[in-house]
Amino acid sequence: MNVALCEYGAGNVRSVEVALRRLGVTLTSDVVDADLAVLPGVGSARSALAGLRESGHDVALRARIEAGQPVLGICLGLQIALEWSDEDGGVEGLGLLPGRSERLESGRIPRIGWAEVEGRGTFYFAHSYAAATPCATAWSEGVVAEVRSGSFVGCQFHPEKSGPDGARYLAAVLEEATSRSLA
Amino acid sequence: MVKGIRFKELRDVGDPVDLAAAYSDAGADELVFLDITATLEARATLVELVGRVADRLAIPFTVGGGVRSVADAEELLDAGADKVAVNSAALERPALITELAERMGSQAVVVAIDAQGGRVRTRAGTTATARTAVDWAREAVECGAGEILLTSIDADGTRAGYDLELTGAVAAAVPVPVIASGGAGGAQHVAEALEVAQAALLASILHEDPARLASLRDELRALGVQVRSVEVRDAA
Repeated sequence: MNVALCEYGAGNVRSVEVALRRLGVTLTSDVVDADLAVLPGVGSARSALAGLRESGHDVALRARIEAGQPVLGICLGLQIALEWSDEDGGVEGLGLLPGRSERLESGRIPRIGWAEVEGRGTFYFAHSYAAATPCATAWSEGVVAEVRSGSFVGCQFHPEKSGPDGARYLAAVLEEATSRSLA
Repeated sequence: MVKGIRFKELRDVGDPVDLAAAYSDAGADELVFLDITATLEARATLVELVGRVADRLAIPFTVGGGVRSVADAEELLDAGADKVAVNSAALERPALITELAERMGSQAVVVAIDAQGGRVRTRAGTTATARTAVDWAREAVECGAGEILLTSIDADGTRAGYDLELTGAVAAAVPVPVIASGGAGGAQHVAEALEVAQAALLASILHEDPARLASLRDELRALGVQVRSVEVRDAA
């Protein structure tokens, strides 16, 4: 299957590339027709969104969601898919699903380290913002860890940096994306 | 959260790529790679090494050593590092921290502080300064540091335990995660460090005997420390 990694113009996507290649996918730059499009979790909201708007990927991503084609958002990738992010003084998101990205309120921030996601496993987190959305499907210590809306799946953790649990999670996302493509 | 246990790797130790992969498989939560040589020639080698290590890992990977500019940091991130550590260059020019945080996000910026007698030392610990570790840590965080990696030069290499007083003082002074470093001799020390800091870094006690990592994790679990479970991988 082929997977498109959206580029923000800044930030290391190598970890995600490596993780996806290990699972046997072919990476493509075609966000429109790929079996799965991935929004990686690097950088900050304002610059990532600017990068997506400049490349036209924002339009392509909205079209994919409207057509029921799979999109995976990782960490920042989940946050910018929402309608709004409080990061960088506040910035409008892609609106692929309802909700906002808000600054964490308790504990040390950034929230960095491994934590259990109820029903999913243990994963690595590194974030200062989290989703407030009706589409949450899994939590970690009270923080939204996963969201789903139509063909969009978002995870606040980094599956590409979460060892075996992370690899399994990515494999499951790929499997689901494959099923959708065949449907 | 599960407290992080990280492993500092020096360039000269065996084959760093195989060692890194072994640690990752054995359950290290994160890997920290500090290149203390930091000459121009060494930088190109480091970047190449980072790429090879990144291709073998599925855990977070922090790289530092001689990072003096955003360009230096970007080169390391592009090569495959997930986070960048800055030390002397940040103390000399704190705006560097802000530039890095704006470019790559605070969660990717670690400020490493080496301290002796509570005072900051730079240039691989060779140069004394008048700054206190607590004061500098506060400023670094205000500038945008996402984590503080605190190494106690007093404790480093002693294997008599981390510098809990210094580490606790820094952790109490900042709202970001603090990584304790320097002095680990055994599981008890790591458990104590994780009471005052959010992560504990181990180096020499593992490099001599990488297999020690598995038994160390078991000992930590027995001490009541929440340790991530990892699959035992069969030898290929």
